[in-house]
Amino acid sequence: MLYFILKRLLQSVFVMLAVSLIAFALFRFVGDPVAQMVGQETSQQDQARIRESLGLNDPVITQFGRFVTNLVSGEFGYSYRTRQPIDEMILNRLPATLELGLVSLIISLVIGIPAGIYTALHRSGLVANTILVGTLIGVSIPTFVIGIFLIYVFGVQLGWLPTFGRGETVKIGWWTSNFLSLDGWRSLLLPAITLGIYQLTLTMRLVRSEMQDVMQSDFIRFAAARGISKTSLHYHHALRNTLVPVITIIGMQFGGVIAFSIVTESVFQWPGLGLLFLESIRYVDIPVMSVYLVLIALMFVVINLLVDMLYAVIDPRVRLHGAS
Amino acid sequence: MMLQRLHRAVAENELLYLFVHSHVALLAAAVAAIMIGGAALAGVIAPTDPYDLTSFDLLDSLLPPSFTDGGDQRFVLGTDDQGRDLLSAILYGTRLSLLVGLFSISFACVLGVTVGLMAGYLGGRFDAIVMRIADVQLSLPAILTALLIDGIARGLLPQQRHDELMIVVLTVAIGLSLWVNFARTVRASTLVEKNKDYVQYTQIMGMHPLRIMFVQILPNILGPVLVILTVDLAVAILLEATLSFLGVGVPPNQPSLGTLIRVGTEYLFSGEWWIVVFPSLTLIVLIISVNVLGDFLRDALNPRLR
Repeated sequence: MLYFILKRLLQSVFVMLAVSLIAFALFRFVGDPVAQMVGQETSQQDQARIRESLGLNDPVITQFGRFVTNLVSGEFGYSYRTRQPIDEMILNRLPATLELGLVSLIISLVIGIPAGIYTALHRSGLVANTILVGTLIGVSIPTFVIGIFLIYVFGVQLGWLPTFGRGETVKIGWWTSNFLSLDGWRSLLLPAITLGIYQLTLTMRLVRSEMQDVMQSDFIRFAAARGISKTSLHYHHALRNTLVPVITIIGMQFGGVIAFSIVTESVFQWPGLGLLFLESIRYVDIPVMSVYLVLIALMFVVINLLVDMLYAVIDPRVRLHGAS
Repeated sequence: MMLQRLHRAVAENELLYLFVHSHVALLAAAVAAIMIGGAALAGVIAPTDPYDLTSFDLLDSLLPPSFTDGGDQRFVLGTDDQGRDLLSAILYGTRLSLLVGLFSISFACVLGVTVGLMAGYLGGRFDAIVMRIADVQLSLPAILTALLIDGIARGLLPQQRHDELMIVVLTVAIGLSLWVNFARTVRASTLVEKNKDYVQYTQIMGMHPLRIMFVQILPNILGPVLVILTVDLAVAILLEATLSFLGVGVPPNQPSLGTLIRVGTEYLFSGEWWIVVFPSLTLIVLIISVNVLGDFLRDALNPRLR
């Protein structure tokens, strides 16, 4: 077990180093950092002085070491565009994205898991077929089109919900929350549904195929042969074994939700991390881009690590395989 | 006589047989063919040329479709904010979306298949390094990779050059974000194939490894490649539309479907629904038909499901 955890940790560190290297190359070699920081009228001598003081004349490997040390100690540097410290910018935006992601993840799981179970147990029939056709269409409609459609119906035609920004937020320390006011919830609803729909179709398809696999396995046939009632067979025996892989799904999806929030945040002008990243690309704000890349990668790596460890705790086969 | 021959040909080819007998797949293929045909012939059948600045007039801007009140007979689907005929813009936009999608998926396919074959056949250090890269990339969603590559290109190329090369940049960005699927599948199939007798004979014969990989092994593993090609074509079209919608895709003077939708959203609040609705519908129908074809191919080529 310990060996398994150590091996996975080492892999994660390797991945993070690789991503940091990309981020560093981005920062160091795409465009000239000094030219971005100073105005046109700065003299050659001043530029050279800045270059020296920033350590840009040091060997590249030293610079990379410093880059990683800075990242680890939370020194993210300054944005080229706004001149603000990047850690402040990210902390400002983080609550918006995390709350949006959390609500849409809950939407996708609460609807997706039951729908997946239903379509796995009832392979034909009107309801199951409608759900299946619905998911095919759900996968095919781009997130932004869903968002626009929701804006048009609920924002423009019916005028029920706001279509723009976060609305009223409540401050708790540095965290700003949408959860504590009615206006905040109203603003959150449309973006969360938009982001949730795509994840919902994925959840449903995965739960369905997983459940179908379990239903065909020997132990279920054996249980059925013993004359166990259908309800017990489906929900006690089959569902339990289906839910193990669902942990992976939840883990992977949270990462996906954060990444896909780029599109949703753009449609609803939701002031989160995705919008920040998009702005940094549009204005070639390299430091913000590279920090975002490292943070997203860190999030994925941590989630994957947690999922793997949960797996090892739940499923002894993984432990044995990892140790051998 | 003709019909009999057709029947025999169909019966001999199992894939074609399944295809002709799947109504959904046939319908999807018909829809896709109509859209591809319309896009390919855009220059001939479109009423106006949306790239030609002299062909439209600002006085015609924001006209509703001809079948609604206040519509103009000249513009079947209405006009956009600059007075462009929306039908023509959609035909040209579909052409651009399809071209970017096809080029980028071909790029991803060639890159992924080559890397996958070499990793699977040669193994060793090349395999370890390349597959590690694939693992890292697979943990990041394609949209993020594509956005990042676009951002890097913006930093490296001066503004002027970037606008000219935008479509190339876009194609490379989407291609680089989709190669992993090909590489992993091809590698897995190659690992199975390389231990088969026919490969070992060619090795004993002293055939060049490259020849073994591309002439002997490749034809035997084309099935899964074909499936990924179709499924990921839909993904590529979706990525292009999304990037253009986000404003980092194709330049605005050559609108793709995503650009048209982005422009359309600005007029949603004032009631000009057609500018956003028709391009959106086109995009959705295009992606659904490609997805249906992909699903069909996957099921038809998967012996376990038959």
